[in-house]
Amino acid sequence: MTPSPTAPAGTIDLTALAVGDELARTTHTLDRDALVRYAGASGDFNPIHYNDTVAEEAGLPGVIAHGMLTMGTAITGLLEAVGDPTLVTAYSTRFTGMVPVPATGEVALEVVATVGAIHEDARTARVDLTAELDGAKVLGRARATLALPGSGSGESAGQDGA
Amino acid sequence: MTTTPDPTFAGRTYPPSPVHTVSAAKIAEFARATGAPSPLHTDPEAARAAGHADVVAPPTFLVSLAQDTEAQYVQDPAAGIDFSRVVHGEEAFTLHRPVVAGDRLVPTLTVESVRAAGGHAMVTTRVDLADEAGAEVAAVRSMLVVRGD
Repeated sequence: MTPSPTAPAGTIDLTALAVGDELARTTHTLDRDALVRYAGASGDFNPIHYNDTVAEEAGLPGVIAHGMLTMGTAITGLLEAVGDPTLVTAYSTRFTGMVPVPATGEVALEVVATVGAIHEDARTARVDLTAELDGAKVLGRARATLALPGSGSGESAGQDGA
Repeated sequence: MTTTPDPTFAGRTYPPSPVHTVSAAKIAEFARATGAPSPLHTDPEAARAAGHADVVAPPTFLVSLAQDTEAQYVQDPAAGIDFSRVVHGEEAFTLHRPVVAGDRLVPTLTVESVRAAGGHAMVTTRVDLADEAGAEVAAVRSMLVVRGD
């Protein structure tokens, strides 16, 4: 019999989550380089994310980060904490604040991931995320669904049953 | 002259787009660009040891394919969306299974709603991603705010 696949372990005991548990508290720096890399990686070449003149002509204070870069970055603290990234089965947010990124230097995004609810029937947890720049929220109602052990999804499917 | 989003587009489903093959190189690049730490995004051996056929995508990776698919609507002059006035309002990903390099995904676009509120318009789209057998893989919902005058 072949060995069972080993999903990567994180630092959290997913069998013992409680509402209110803080799963991750992380700081993510963003600079112009990060916006350029994300533009290349995502294919979003909107010039408001790299050209100050264009951004200002569009009524912005200057170059701002892609909302999707903020969203993609904000989940990574949780991804690291749970180990197996495929445990995140849903993720949604509203974009409530711009993230201006100066031409030199960097800005810091502060992200906290907290267990908001546990759904025993589906064996999932809702994780609420806050993401702030200088104390101002840039994401609203940011939430991820985490598959918990025994849910029948992910790599344990078929071994233990639901 | 300012156009406004045409409400008659609401409810429209487009024909399926051509199949897209998920790229291992793009997964790795996207993971690095967003700081996603898992070796499962960049190391095929680690991904296989975890039971996947190849590297797995981070949760927001499908945004690129989704936005390419949304372009059928967003870039259609008849839709009345002035992209210079667009602000990204919301985004939501539902993953029915991990997205893996080599997956062949068929995207289908639906315009879910076109609403006006407070002088602005809000257009919501959904891109459903299925495999070639028609099984659901993921869905990406996006709401764009089109600022009024």
